[in-house]
Order: sequence, then structure tokens, then C-alpha cells
Amino acid sequence: MKTKAGLSDRRKFILNMARGIGLASMGGFIWSAFIDEVTASQLILRPPGAIGEKDFLKTCIKCGLCAEACPYDTLLLAKPGDHEPLGTPYFMPRDTPCYMCTDIPCVPVCPTGALDVSSVTTDGHLDINIADMGLAVVDEQSCIAFWGIQCDACYRACPLLGHAITIEYNKNERTGKHAFMKPIVHADACTGCGLCEHACVTEKPAIHILPREVAQGKAGDYYIKGWDKKDEKRLKDAHAIHTTTEISKEKAADKLNGDLLEGLYE
Amino acid sequence: MKSLWNHYRYLILRRVTQLGLLFLYFGANAWGWTMLQGNLSSSIILNVVPMSDPYAALQMLAAGAILATDLLVGVAVVTFFYFIIGGRAFCSWVCPINMVTDFAAFVRELIGMNKLTGVKQPASRNLRYWVLGLSLVISAIMGVTAFEFISPISMLHRGIIFGMGFGWMAVLVIFLFDLFVLKNGWCGHICPLGGFYSILGKFSLIRVHHSEENCTLCMKCKVVCPENQVLYMVGKESLPVLSGECTNCARCIEVCDDDALNFSIRSMAQNKKMGE
Repeated sequence: MKTKAGLSDRRKFILNMARGIGLASMGGFIWSAFIDEVTASQLILRPPGAIGEKDFLKTCIKCGLCAEACPYDTLLLAKPGDHEPLGTPYFMPRDTPCYMCTDIPCVPVCPTGALDVSSVTTDGHLDINIADMGLAVVDEQSCIAFWGIQCDACYRACPLLGHAITIEYNKNERTGKHAFMKPIVHADACTGCGLCEHACVTEKPAIHILPREVAQGKAGDYYIKGWDKKDEKRLKDAHAIHTTTEISKEKAADKLNGDLLEGLYE
Repeated sequence: MKSLWNHYRYLILRRVTQLGLLFLYFGANAWGWTMLQGNLSSSIILNVVPMSDPYAALQMLAAGAILATDLLVGVAVVTFFYFIIGGRAFCSWVCPINMVTDFAAFVRELIGMNKLTGVKQPASRNLRYWVLGLSLVISAIMGVTAFEFISPISMLHRGIIFGMGFGWMAVLVIFLFDLFVLKNGWCGHICPLGGFYSILGKFSLIRVHHSEENCTLCMKCKVVCPENQVLYMVGKESLPVLSGECTNCARCIEVCDDDALNFSIRSMAQNKKMGE
């Protein structure tokens, strides 16, 4: 049977299918590329209790209940133009840090578990001190305490004073009679609340919060503290890449006693 | 005055509902009201009853997220309401984009754009089901909720409650698209959430019912209907509008001067038909 355009039903069906699949692929690629770009931001600070960024992006439903629960309006929802994953909650500590409420109102209201209550719970009680929003990093070049000027603004602002930030005393060789009082951040205690960044007196903060993934390196399995029992446990799950060459096929001693040295004694 | 009310009663009720809900959501963030907190993606009534967007949850599922209990309860509440009662009523009674696209359709008719483009529409209304399917495929491949990152509905709704940013541009795009490119383009052709609710609301109880004996074939209903393919029976047969694509906006009911269209409960409408 021929239609008006002179196409058989069979051809028309095939063409329509091809058109549908083609258009869907075209739209799908544009859509995917856009999604890939808008979710690429790494430098975003999430509310306390947030699960890993990759899971967070698929689990957060963008309802804003956490932002509404925050009594300090710390949490913002990313708007078009903020260049952060759209609609997801984040905060900018230089403007408004997380004041680490002990009842953590933002976390239990989350309906999807993108903010995980168990990650901020110790012995059945909410514990904001174990929250992990990021890590404070000091820029020693612009921190005036490293110049020798006395400033402990970040140290005093820190809610975990004496744990997350301590002051290290060094002799100031330039003057010969003064001391450096340098702020040192301890990654195991810092929650990334950003009160230090908020308090920093320099024009652009010399101490600022970065997501832990960005701020921290990783020694890997090749380096282990032999003097530290806890660190030694990492050996158990250590992974190593084994390369096999002509020489390493045999035991080292056999190889050395074998043909490797043959020519040497002749 | 009375005829004015008769001609716009459902439109007024819908605008009151849409704006009222928006106001409650806005008040929750601005002044700490607890009547209705959150937004259309997920919210909670009086700190007790959760509500969650089932389409967003479906994308989360496709993306491989673990669905929390609170979310599932919220999804059940919303699904129950639209599946059993409301049909696709979300689109015309709740969604804020509806006001934008209704306005675009109004201007379109006013300036004669429909005469310029003609009756034949260049796109299929089934496009939305393709977009719906595509959104789930992309969610699965990319591991994120695909539509939630581009949804102009969320951008507008979240924008009104939490701050708009450049979200107004997305809304303007929808408006211009509906005005100049495609009649009822967004809500009637593309929006996958509309497609989702078309499927979900297919079996709901509240239905528009047409009685052919009262119809004078003025076709006002077909002109005003944003999904006029669902009114295929007008002037031909007494039938309930059973297509899930009907948004229960009731514009057809209020423009009808002959009482040929009315709301009815599904089974009653069917019984009436059988009794004939």
C-alpha cells in the first residue's frame, strides 16, 4: 500500500522509528552533556551529615527543608547563576558559616537521607562535633600570624578551640625577641564549619574551607607508618601492582646465582 | 456578575489554589510557618504528613539512589491522591508553570498567533512520553536525577520560595516557546512531569463528563482546552473524558453555556452511560 508521499507503510514505519530514535539520541546527548557540566562543581560545601558528593547528587531531592530548618540562614539552595548543581543545598562560610547547632536542625528533616543522621550521631545522640563539611586550610603566605603579627582570630572563633586549631609557638629569628603564634589545623578534629574563615581578618581569608576531597592528599598503600599500630592495620587491605619481567620470574637469589652472573666469572 | 463568576469560577479557584499553596510554601521559608514546608519536590504538612514528587523518586531509583522511608511515605501520599482522586490535577491546580503557559496561550489567541501558525501542530503530543523515558535512561546512565537538574517547574517554584537567580530566564523561555513556537508547547507536548501524571492519573475518580444531548456544537470547549484531543467525543457521544491527559482544569465546563460538560465521579459517569 502506498501513501500520498509515495512511501510504503513498511518504509514509513521504519523511517518513523529511525526518526524517533535519532531525535531521542540527539536530545539525550545534549541533555547528558548539560547534566555533566552542571554537576561537575567540586568546590561546594554541603550541610553537615551530607553523604558523599556522587551519592548526594542522586539522593538530594532539592526540597530545601534543610535550608528552612537552618536558624542562621547559612544554607542556600543553588540558583541558576550560582554555578553549582542546581537546587542543591550549600553554604559559603565567608558570608555565613555553620554555627554548629548542637541539635543539628538541618539533618533530621531531610526526607531522602541525603543528609544522614547516623553520620552525626555518637552513642544515640546527635553530635555536631563529628560532622564533616570540609577542612580548613591555612595559606601561610597571606596569614599574618605567619608574618609574626599576633593574631589568633581563627583560633578564638573555632568551636573546637584547642582541638581543630591549635597555636604553635616558634621563635621569630627576624626580631630575635618575639614569637610566631601560628594557627595549625588538625584534620582529624576540624568539621569544616567555617567560623575561622568567617573570622579571618585579612582582606581575602587566609584560612578557608575546602571540601575534604579537594583539600587532602592520600599517601596510598605504599607508605605506612611502621611506628603506628593503627596505621599498620592498613597493610591488611593494601593493594600493590605486581609487574613481572624476565628477571622477576625467578626468586632473586636464584636469578643472581644463575645465568645473570654467568659472564662475570669467565 | 453572576455569569462572570460562572464563566471563570474554576479558573479563579485554580489560581487561588496555586497562589495559596505558593504563599504557604513562601511563608514557611520566610516566616517559619509550618503549614506547608519544603517545595513541590518534597514537603511536609504541619511537620507530620510528608509529600514527595513520585516522578523525582522514580528518577532517583533509576539513578541508583537508596530510597528512604520518609520519601516513600511521601511518594505514597501524593501517588494515592492523584491516582485515586485527582487525575492530572497537579498540572492545572498546583504547578506554577501552568500560570505562565496559560498566559502564553491567552496572549497567543489574543494576538492571532494561532491564525498565523494554523491549526496543524508541528509536533506530537506523545513527545512527553519520549522525554519521560529519556529522563529515566539519562538518570540511569549519569547517576543523577536528570529532569530535576533542568526542570523549569522546580526553578520557578524553588525560585519563588528560596530566591530566583537567573531562573526567570528559564520561565521566559517557556513563555516565548508557548507563545511563538508551539501552542500548549511545554505543558501539552514536552513536560515529562505532565506525561508522568497523564499516566498516573489515568484511572482517577474525578472526570469531566460530556452529555451530547445538551451540546450545541459551539466548540468553545475545544478552543479553550489545552489538551483538546481528550474532547474528541464532544457533539458526538455522551462519554466521560477518560484520557489521562485531561488536567481537570475545568475550563471546558465553565465556558460551556449549555451544561453539556460537568464534573462527575468515574463509576457514576459510566453507570449513567450504561443506563441510557
